[in-house]
Amino acid sequence: MNPLDDLYRRVIMDHYKNPRNRGTMEDEPAGGTTGSSAEPASRVTVNLNNPTCGDRISLQMQIEDGIVKNARFTGEGCSISMSSASMMTDAVKGKTAAEALAMADKFSAMMKGEKVSFDEYEDIDALSGVNKFPARIKCATLAWNALRKGVELGQGRHEGIEE
Amino acid sequence: MDPIALKAEFPILHQDVNGHPLVYLDNAATSQKPRSVIEAVKRYYERDNANVHRGVHTLGSRATDAYEGAREKTARFLNAASPREIVFTRGTTAGLNLVAHGYARQVLREGDEIVITPAEHHSNLIPWQQAAKATGATLKYLPLQPDGTVRLEDVEKTVTERTKLVAIAYVSNVLGTVHPVGKIAEIAHRKGAVIVVDGAQSAPHLKVDVQALDVDFYAFSGHKMCGPTGIGALYGKARLLEKMEPVEYGGEMIDFVELYDSSWKEIPWKFEGGTPIIAGAVGLGAAIDFLEGVGLDEIDRHGRRLAAYAVDRLSAIAGVSIYGPKENRAGLVTFNLGDVHPHDVATVLDAEGIAIRAGHHCCQPLMRWLQVSATARASFYLYNTEQDVDRLADALVKTKEFFGYEPAR
Repeated sequence: MNPLDDLYRRVIMDHYKNPRNRGTMEDEPAGGTTGSSAEPASRVTVNLNNPTCGDRISLQMQIEDGIVKNARFTGEGCSISMSSASMMTDAVKGKTAAEALAMADKFSAMMKGEKVSFDEYEDIDALSGVNKFPARIKCATLAWNALRKGVELGQGRHEGIEE
Repeated sequence: MDPIALKAEFPILHQDVNGHPLVYLDNAATSQKPRSVIEAVKRYYERDNANVHRGVHTLGSRATDAYEGAREKTARFLNAASPREIVFTRGTTAGLNLVAHGYARQVLREGDEIVITPAEHHSNLIPWQQAAKATGATLKYLPLQPDGTVRLEDVEKTVTERTKLVAIAYVSNVLGTVHPVGKIAEIAHRKGAVIVVDGAQSAPHLKVDVQALDVDFYAFSGHKMCGPTGIGALYGKARLLEKMEPVEYGGEMIDFVELYDSSWKEIPWKFEGGTPIIAGAVGLGAAIDFLEGVGLDEIDRHGRRLAAYAVDRLSAIAGVSIYGPKENRAGLVTFNLGDVHPHDVATVLDAEGIAIRAGHHCCQPLMRWLQVSATARASFYLYNTEQDVDRLADALVKTKEFFGYEPAR
């Protein structure tokens, strides 16, 4: 496969053009939370951007009893950053916080060129081609960095740590 | 001017990238270096290297002559009244920060105004933001026309008797706008303000006469005009530089040092604390020789001709949007290709051996003004040809096919 086709596999373009979990939880018709505008205690929001290129993501996660019940995102960016966010939000739903962090670590390993496979959510394997494009790795990892921050924030809240 | 003959002088341009002959269209970020500049730096290190302004020995005087010779050359290049008005810096950013720290923060008082445009590069925006915060001065923005140009009547309105400083790029690094800095200087002076010009994009392309333009400060970088990285210069009118405080203290910039007080050298040396970038200055001098050998007017005409040709070729591709003015555009074209993100465009072009810039170009406020998150930019220099533009246009058509972009939506 030529490197470009390897970078932009069909599954990546599908997530880019038809992103899963795009939007905010407030937009969801019945998200299991009350309609109040205040953010419930189990919900965390993380805003991250890539100052060198302008990509940005806003990730919302609903973490209850240590389990990621829901994850949604909004943002702007290239096909790699947005497809990665689409896959990540889909993949972590229903996972424990520890499992979600383990996936983030596995993703970092994949970006370093290590052979790993995401049996939990195999679409992510398609992003392995990114490691041949050093300038684009930070695009792919943006959503996963947001995930790490979100889990940290959720755990901090659970333990009653002030933000 | 023969760009193909000139290209032969640039060793780096003769290589394949990803299996294709390199087409380098990221010149507004940094230009490539001709053999004469590389040789001058090499020769300096191989024959003359020593510290400046203190050696009693022969190499010390050779190094000092080379360094001060480069200053005289830079003064002539800008038609400054004297080499004393040329401060060597790390580049445009350092030059603008020197004016913000050494001048603006000393002079501005609460209620004073600084006037800039929303199209400025971050390096001609944040220093003024911070200076305004530190002094209580107000930062005001000149309105832009839809094509990014400024109207002199708006300058008349925005610059008031309370304005103490106007800062503007001569040439916009995103839109290619060439601002009428001479006329803006006249308005600023009439109202009692000084004018600071960001020359990062003008120095490589335009013959600049700081006395004819009557600008007070003009900062530029060597690396965008065939010189090495890490060297640039700030021109300042002598009477203003004399008023300014040094920003960095240390060796090379002092007159007398006592235990509890010290005094400074004359301008420009009081702004050059520490061992300067001597080899960089030598390289800058060689770059000026090279550009003057080609002719700045020729270089400017060539850049504009290529930009106009690129606008023609790119606007014929359905789905391409081009930003910036139709008339009087310097040698660059900023664009987007439908809803294909500029990073993706740049990656596909790179696979074709074509280097362009994608992102916010250090102009986040301008991106918001354009209502885009990022753009792609092709910027030209003296070694680029119409064939390079053709390669760009053809690769953009391929990119469109690759992403299956349909303009009718």
